[in-house]
Amino acid sequence: MSISVQNISKSFKDKTALKNISFEVKEGELFGLIGPDGAGKTTIFRILTTLLIADKGTATVAGFNVVEDYKNIRNHVGYMPGKFSLYQDLTVEENLTFFATIFGTTIEKNYDLIKDIYIQIEPFKKRRAGKLSGGMKQKLALCCALIHKPKVLFLDEPTTGVDPVSRKEFWEMLKRLQQKGITMLVSTPYMDEAALCDRIALIQDGRILQIDTPQEIIKHYPKNIYDVKADNMFKLIEFLNEYEYKYSVYPFGEFVHYTDKREDFNPKELYHFLEEMGAVNISIQPTKTTIEDTFMELAK
Amino acid sequence: MGNMKRFIGFIKKEFYHIFRDKRSLFILFGMPIAQIMLFGFAITNEINNVDIAILDHSKDATTQEIIHKIASSKYFSIRQLIKNESEIEAVFKKGKVKAILIFEKDFSKNLTKESNATIQIITDATDPNTANTISNYTNSILQKYQQEINKNVKSPYQIVPETRMVYNPELKSVFMFVPGVMTIILMLVSAMMTSISITREKELGTMEILLVSPLKPFQVIIGKVVPYIFLSIINAVVIVLLSIFIFKMPVQGSLFLLGIESVLFIITSLSLGILISTASATQQTAMMISLMGLMLPTILLSGFIFPISSMPLPLQVISNTIPAKWFIIILKGIMLKGVGLLFIWKETLILVAMTLFFIVLSIKKYKIRLE
Repeated sequence: MSISVQNISKSFKDKTALKNISFEVKEGELFGLIGPDGAGKTTIFRILTTLLIADKGTATVAGFNVVEDYKNIRNHVGYMPGKFSLYQDLTVEENLTFFATIFGTTIEKNYDLIKDIYIQIEPFKKRRAGKLSGGMKQKLALCCALIHKPKVLFLDEPTTGVDPVSRKEFWEMLKRLQQKGITMLVSTPYMDEAALCDRIALIQDGRILQIDTPQEIIKHYPKNIYDVKADNMFKLIEFLNEYEYKYSVYPFGEFVHYTDKREDFNPKELYHFLEEMGAVNISIQPTKTTIEDTFMELAK
Repeated sequence: MGNMKRFIGFIKKEFYHIFRDKRSLFILFGMPIAQIMLFGFAITNEINNVDIAILDHSKDATTQEIIHKIASSKYFSIRQLIKNESEIEAVFKKGKVKAILIFEKDFSKNLTKESNATIQIITDATDPNTANTISNYTNSILQKYQQEINKNVKSPYQIVPETRMVYNPELKSVFMFVPGVMTIILMLVSAMMTSISITREKELGTMEILLVSPLKPFQVIIGKVVPYIFLSIINAVVIVLLSIFIFKMPVQGSLFLLGIESVLFIITSLSLGILISTASATQQTAMMISLMGLMLPTILLSGFIFPISSMPLPLQVISNTIPAKWFIIILKGIMLKGVGLLFIWKETLILVAMTLFFIVLSIKKYKIRLE
C-alpha cells in the first residue's frame, strides 16, 4: 500500500473536520477524493503530508508513519497545496531551480519526468510566476512538486480556478505521470473529473460516503435518470417538485436530472403533466448516471 | 555537502525577494539615510538664526553694543525694531518672532550710576523648549558682556561658574541622535524585515511546501536571517560613515569594537524578529507587533529621546528590558567617550543573554507543522 489511512479523526476547536476516515491507495494508483468545499479534503492532505497531526487513528505514506517518520515522508512526497503557493516574484525557471535545489537535485537530473509539462511553459521561463495565467501557474506548480521524483504525489484541488481546456490537459498529464509509476492522491470538487480516477472516495462533512471505482459507483445507482428540459428552467424545477411521483430533482447544466418513484415510469405521463402546468418546449430523454447523481443520492 | 547547496539556494532566493520588492528595498536603504538626515539636520534642539525683535527705550551706546553682540551671534537675527509695548502682542501673533528684548529707559545711565540696569526678555513659549533655549542663550550673551565690562573693576565678591561640557562640548544634538537612530534603524531592518519575510511565506502558503521538504526548520530560519545580517551590516557602515563625514561625529573608540557590538545587536534584533514571526500568522500582524511592540518602546524608553534618569521608577525598571537601551549606552561609550570593552562588558553581556533567551524561546515556539 502506498497510502494507508486508518480511522482518522480530527477536530479544530469545536468543529469536527474528519470523522473516522479510512482508505487505502495502492502503489501506482490515481486515487480521487471527491467532495464539496469544506468536506475535509484539505485536512486529509495536511495529515498525510505531515503538516497536521490527527486526533485519532494512524496513517502511513510510502511505508512511513505520518507522525513518527515525518522526516522521511518529507523527503519522498510531492505536495501541491490548494492555493497556488510558489514564489510570485521569482521567474518560472528560478522557482523550479529553487525547488530542485532544496530537494537536493537539479532540473537536468529529473528533466525526463517533467519534460512533457515543462515544455509547455518553457517559452515563459523568464517570466515571473505571478504574471502567469491560471493554467500555466498550475503546470509550474506541478513541475515543482515533481522535480525531486516523489514516490507519492499529493494534489489538493489542482484544477480549481483553471479553465476547462487546461483542466483537461492537466488530467492527461496526470495519466501520463501515473504510467511512470507515481502514486497520486488528487482532490477535486468537480464530479466530471472523478471519472478519470482509478478509484474514488466520495466525501462529505468529514465522512467517507463510498469508496470504489467510478464505474462501480455509477452502477450502484438505483434509478433511471432522465434529462428534462423546457423554456423556463426555474418554473420547470418548481413543476417537477410538485409532481407526486418525483423521487429526485437536480439542476444539471442545461438540464434537470429527474428520477421517479415508480419502477414502471412512463415519460409520457410526466410530459402531459408538465404540459398541463404550462411548460413550453418540453423534452424528456433517458440519460446516463453520473458521479454527481450518485453523490447527491448518497449525501441525502 | 548537499545541505550546504540547499542552504545557498535558499539564501539566493531570499536575495531575489529583497531586491525585487521596492518596498523592502526602500525600508532597507532609503529609510536609514532619510532618518539619519532628518535627525541630523531637522530634528534638533539647537537654535540657529532665531528671529527676535528689539524694543530699545534708551538707544544709547551700551544698548547698541549689546544689540550688536546679539545680532552678530549665529543664534539670533534681528527681524525688526519696535517702538512701544503695544506692538508686542501683534509681533508675536504674526508668529515669526520668537523673542523680544526690551531695554529700559536710560539703560546706560542706570548701569553706570546705579550699577543696575534691566533688560526684559519676552519669549514665545508655545514651544517651551525653544523658549527655554532662547532665554538661556540670551542670558549667556549678556553675562559675557557683563564680564567684559567688569574686567577693569575690582569686585571682590563675584562667583563666576565655569561650566565645561565633556564628550560633546558643543552640545551638538546630532551626537545624541546618531547612536539612537542607528539603534532604531538596525532594530527596524532586522526585526521587522525578518519577521515580515517569514510570515510572508506563511501567508502565501509557501511555508507549507517548505515544511513538506527536506529543509530543516532551522535551515529555513537561518536562511531567512543571513541576508538581513549582511544588509544590516551595510546599513550600520553607511550610518557610521554618514555621521563621521557629514555630521563630523567623532568615533573616539575602536572601530573594530564598534563593528563587533553592532553585529551583536543586529543578531539580537534578528532573534526578536524570529520570535515575532513565530507568534504571528500574517505580515500585517508581524508588522504591527514590530512597530508597536518594538519600535515604540525603543524610541520612548531606550533613553534615545527622553533621559531614563528622569523617568518614573516603573518605567526605569521596564527600560532595562529593552535591548536598545544597552546598545545605545555601548554606542555612546565607544563613539563619544572612546571607552574599551572593559567599560561596557556588562551591557555587552546583557545583550548576549537577551539574544540567547530570544533564540531559545523561538526554537521552542517554532512549529514543524501547521498547528
